[in-house]
Amino acid sequence: MLKTALLLVNVMIAIALLLSLWRLIQGPSLADRILALDTLYINSIALIILLGMYMGSPLYFEAALLIALLGFVSTAALCKYLLRGDIIE
Amino acid sequence: MDAKPRFRLVPMPVQSALLFVVWLLMNNTLAVGHIFLAATLAFTIPLLVNGLQNPQPTVRKPLLALRYFLLVLMDIVIANMQVAVLILGPLKKMQPGFVAVPLDINQNLPITLLASTVSLTPGTVSCDVSEDKRWLYIHALNLVDEQALIHSIKTRYEAPLKEIFGC
Amino acid sequence: MNWIELILSFFVLLGGLFMLIGSIGLARLPDFYMRLHAPTKATTLGVGSLLIASMLFFSIKNSMFSIHEILITIFLFITAPVSAHMMAKAALHVDTDTLERTQGVEAHKAATAGGNPPAKADLVNKQKGSEN
Repeated sequence: MLKTALLLVNVMIAIALLLSLWRLIQGPSLADRILALDTLYINSIALIILLGMYMGSPLYFEAALLIALLGFVSTAALCKYLLRGDIIE
Repeated sequence: MDAKPRFRLVPMPVQSALLFVVWLLMNNTLAVGHIFLAATLAFTIPLLVNGLQNPQPTVRKPLLALRYFLLVLMDIVIANMQVAVLILGPLKKMQPGFVAVPLDINQNLPITLLASTVSLTPGTVSCDVSEDKRWLYIHALNLVDEQALIHSIKTRYEAPLKEIFGC
Repeated sequence: MNWIELILSFFVLLGGLFMLIGSIGLARLPDFYMRLHAPTKATTLGVGSLLIASMLFFSIKNSMFSIHEILITIFLFITAPVSAHMMAKAALHVDTDTLERTQGVEAHKAATAGGNPPAKADLVNKQKGSEN
C-alpha cells in the first residue's frame, strides 16, 4: 500500500515539476522565472525524499539537504542580481 | 563597543548548544566520538567568530516565545488550507491588494521575525520594509477589509513579539 | 504494521497534494504577487509532511530514532519567507506588472519608490491602526 502511495505521489510531483517548468519558460517577467526556479528546487527536494523512501535508503538525505542549501543561496543570488545588478559588491 | 569586551570562555551559549545538536543530527548518531567532536566544535567555533557578532535584543520571556511559536505553527497549517482553497477556487472573485502596516517595533530581529511570520500565515506576503523601518508593506491574496487585516496583524503577531523582546 | 502504513501513506499523499496545489497556483494565478503566495505557503507544508513521513519510515524500518530530516524542515521553514521577501523586493524594484483590480495603489507606489513612507493619506490610517 505504501509503495502504491509513493508511486502516486511521484506522479503528482512530476506534474508539479512540469507546471513549474512551464512557468519558467512562459513567465512574463524575470521575477516569475526566479519564482519558478525556487519552486522547482523545492519540488526536487520532495522527489528525492520520495525516492529515498521508495528505495529504503537513507543516503538520499544528504542530497536533499545539499539541494536545500544551494537552492536558497541561488535564489538569494538571483534576487540580489535583480536588485543591484551585481552579486558580489 | 566602548571598552574592550571581557574575555569569556563560552561567549555564545545558545549558538554553542545549537551547533552541538545540529552536528549530532547531521550525522544521525549518538556515538562517543561524534559527541566529543561536536563538543569540540561547539566550544572552538564561537571563540573564533565571537568578534563578528552584532548586538541583538535578547528574548526576555522564553515561555511567551514558546507560545508564540506554537501559535505560528498552528496558523501555518490553517494558512495552507485557506490558500489551497483560494487557489483551486474561482479566480475572478479574488481581490488582491497592497497594504502598508505601521510598525511599533524598530529593531532588526523583531522586524525580521514579524515579516517572516506574516509571510507564513494566512493570505499575506511581506514585500518590503520602508527605509526608516516604520512601515511594512504586505501583499494580501484576498483583501476584504484593510483595517481588520492591519488590526489582526498588530494584535496577533506584533504585540506578542513586542512583549517577548521587551522593546 | 498495517495502521503505521496507513499513517505513512496519509502523510505522503498530503505532502504530494500540497506540492501539486502549490505548482498549480504557480501556473494558474494571473499576476506575480499572487503567484508568490502559492509556492511559499503550499510547498513548506508539503515538504514538511513528506519529511514527517520520511522520519517515521526510517525510524520504524531501522528500529532506531532517525530524526535528522528535521534539519531540512527547519531550514525550509526559515528560508521560505526570506526568499519570498527577497523575490517580492526584487519584483518591486524592476516594477513587475500587477493585476488591474489590485487594491492599495498608493501603498504599492510607496513601496516601489524605494521604500519611503507613504503620503499623508496613509498617516490617517496609522492613527486609526494604533487606536484599535
